[in-house]
Amino acid sequence: MAGAALSPGYKVARWGYLAFCVATFIFLIAPILVLVPLSFNAEPYFTFTEGMLRFDPDAYSLRWYRSIFDGDEWTRPLLNSLVIGISATVVATVLGAAAALGLAHPAMPGRRMVSALLISPMITPVIIAGVGMFFFYSSLGLAQTHLGIILAHAVFGAPFVVITVSATLAGFDWTVMRAAANLGANPLVAFRRVQLPLILPGVISGSLFAFAASFDELVIVLFMGGLEQRTLPRQMWSGIREEISPTLLAVATFLIVFALLALSTVEWLRRRGEGAAKVRS
Amino acid sequence: MTPGEASTSRSPARPLWRRALGPRLRAAGLALPLVAFVTVTFAGPMLSLLTKSFYDPEVADALPETIAALRQWDGDGAPPDAVFAATAREFVAARTERTLGRTANRVNRVVSGMRSVIMGGSRLMVEAAAEAEAAGVTTDGAFWRETMIGIDARWRTPEPWRALRDAGQRFTARHYLKALDFERGPEGGYVRQAEEWRIYVPLFWRTLKVSLGVTLLCLVIGYPIAHLIANSPPRRANVLLLLVLLPFWTSLLVRTTSWIVLLQNQGIVNDFLVAVGLIGDENRIAMIYNMTGTFIAMTHVLLPFLVLPLYSVMRSIPPAYMSAAASLGATPLQALRRVYWPQTLPGVGAGCLLTFILAIGYYITPALVGGQSGQLISNMIAYHVQTSLNWGLAAALAALLLGGVTALYVVYDRLVGIDRLGLG
Repeated sequence: MAGAALSPGYKVARWGYLAFCVATFIFLIAPILVLVPLSFNAEPYFTFTEGMLRFDPDAYSLRWYRSIFDGDEWTRPLLNSLVIGISATVVATVLGAAAALGLAHPAMPGRRMVSALLISPMITPVIIAGVGMFFFYSSLGLAQTHLGIILAHAVFGAPFVVITVSATLAGFDWTVMRAAANLGANPLVAFRRVQLPLILPGVISGSLFAFAASFDELVIVLFMGGLEQRTLPRQMWSGIREEISPTLLAVATFLIVFALLALSTVEWLRRRGEGAAKVRS
Repeated sequence: MTPGEASTSRSPARPLWRRALGPRLRAAGLALPLVAFVTVTFAGPMLSLLTKSFYDPEVADALPETIAALRQWDGDGAPPDAVFAATAREFVAARTERTLGRTANRVNRVVSGMRSVIMGGSRLMVEAAAEAEAAGVTTDGAFWRETMIGIDARWRTPEPWRALRDAGQRFTARHYLKALDFERGPEGGYVRQAEEWRIYVPLFWRTLKVSLGVTLLCLVIGYPIAHLIANSPPRRANVLLLLVLLPFWTSLLVRTTSWIVLLQNQGIVNDFLVAVGLIGDENRIAMIYNMTGTFIAMTHVLLPFLVLPLYSVMRSIPPAYMSAAASLGATPLQALRRVYWPQTLPGVGAGCLLTFILAIGYYITPALVGGQSGQLISNMIAYHVQTSLNWGLAAALAALLLGGVTALYVVYDRLVGIDRLGLG
C-alpha cells in the first residue's frame, strides 16, 4: 500500500473519495438542519429573507412557535400522538421483551418459525399491512378508534423490542440462571436480579424505537383514523397538502430535537452496553 | 453436590417428563403472548386482505334469488321467465329500501354502464309494480319479461344478465384480472386491455424501476461513506455514524417538508441558482412534484437503511486483508474489487434488500412530492381504499405486491438467511 500511496493517481482518487463522502454527508444532514433557522423566520416565507442572511435580529422571531399553541390545531394532535405512542410502546415493550427472553432460551421450540412470525410486521411494506388492517379492524368496529391504532402501532413496534433485547442476550450464559435457582432463587427473583439488569438497555432502546415508529407513523392513521385520532404526522400531512404554514417548520424543529434526544439516548445505551461487554469478557 | 442432585432433592415429586418439558414450556410461554398478539393483530389483517381479494359476496347477498335463478341459465339469449320475476322482485324491494345503488355500483365495476341500466330501469319497474297492483294484474315472469324489455331493450340481450351473473360470483378472480389490466371481452371472457388503457401493470413496472433505481443510487453513494465510517478511528467513526443516524430518527414528514422547502419553484435551491446567475428567474428548474422529487426524497430517506447494515459488515473486515493484497502486488483497485468487495457482499445484500422492499411499498413521500408522474403502485392502492372504495381491487393489488415481496424474502433467505436481517 505504501508504494501505491505515493502515486499521483492514488492521491487524486483518495481526494475524490473524501470529497464524495463529504458531499454525501451534506446531502444527508443539510436538508434536516436547514429547517431549523427557517422556523425562526419573521416573515411567512420558506426561504431565507435578506434580513436573515444579514443576521438582522428583527428578521428572526418566535411567532411560529407561539402559533403552535394557539388553538388546538397542533396541541390536540400532539396529545393524540403521545397517548397513542405511549400506549403502543407499553404493549410492544412488555410483549416484545418477554418474547425475546423466550426466544433466547436454549430450550425454545421452533425458534426460526417463531422469530420469522414476530419480525414479519417490521418487514412487510406498510401499505400492504395498512390495507389489511383497515379491512380487518373495520370489520371489528375498531376503525376510527384510538384502540385500533394503538394495537396496530404496537404490533409494528414489538419487533424492534424483540431485536434489541435479543441482542443484549446474545451469548448469555444460561447456566447462571440454573446457578441462581440452585442457590434458592425462584425464577422471578432470578430474572429480576440476573437478567433484568442485563437486558434493561435493550428494553429501553427497543421501546424508544417502538415509540419513534408510532410517533412517526402515518399510513395506518390515514387509513384508520378519524377526526378524533388526528396525530402529529396526520396534521403535518394536511399542512403540507393544503397550505404550508411556517408553523409546520416550528413543529418540524421540535421533532428534530426529539430525534436528537432519542438518538443520543440509544447511542449512549449502546456504548454503555459495549463497555459492559468488554468488562465481562 | 452436582446441580442435578440439588434439583432432585428440592422437588423429589417432580416427574421426569415435567423436568424435561419445563424449560421448553417456560420459554414457549414467554413467547406465546406476543405470538398470539401478532397472530390476531397482524396475521388476521393479512388474511382478511387475501380473502377480500378473491371473495366478494356483496352482490350475491343482495340479490340471492336472481343469482340463484341465473345459475340455471345457459348464458345465451334472454334468460327464462323465472329469472325476470326474481330480478324484478329483488330490484323493486331493494330500490324501495334504497340499497340498490350500492349493488348497482358493484355490478357497474364488472361491466361499466350497468349502473344506469339498473338504476334507471328499476325506477320504472317500481312504478310498473304499483300500477299492476292497482289494476289487479298478476305480476308473473311473463309480465316482467315484457315490462323489463319494454323499459330497456337491453334486457332482451344476454349482456346485462351475464354482468349480473358474474358480479354475483362469491369467489372470483376478477379483482386480480383487473389488477393485471385485463378487461371483460364482449363474449364475457377476459382479454388484455388495449395498451393505452393499461394502468396497473405499467405502474408495477414503474414502481419496480424506481425501487431498483433508488436502491442502486443508495448503494453507489452509501458504499463509500459506509467504508469511510468503518475505517475511521473510533471517535470520528461515532460522529460520522451520528450523521447517518440522525436522518434515520428524524420524522419522515419533517424530511419530506424540508425537500419541499429546498426544491420547490421558489425554494432555496432555485433561489440560490438564480442568485448566482446559473439560471434565469423565468426558467427555474422543476425539481419537485414530479419523478425527480420522488427520486431525491426517497434516496434521502432510504440511504441510512443501506448504510447501516453495510457498515456493520465492513467493520468486521480486518484491514490486514487489504494490506496483504497490496503487499502481494495488487493495485488498490484490484484489491478493492477482488478482496474487499466480495467480503462486503452479505452487507450489500442485506442493505439492498431492505432498501428495495421499503421502496417498493413506499407511499407517503410520492404522495406528497411525486406530483402526477411520481406516483407509485402504493398510491394507487391507497386511492382505491380511500377514494374509489373499490376494496376488492385494492386488496388484489396489495396481494400481488405482497407476493412479490415474499418471493424476494424467500430468495434472500436461501442466499443469506433471513435471521441475519437486523437493524445493523
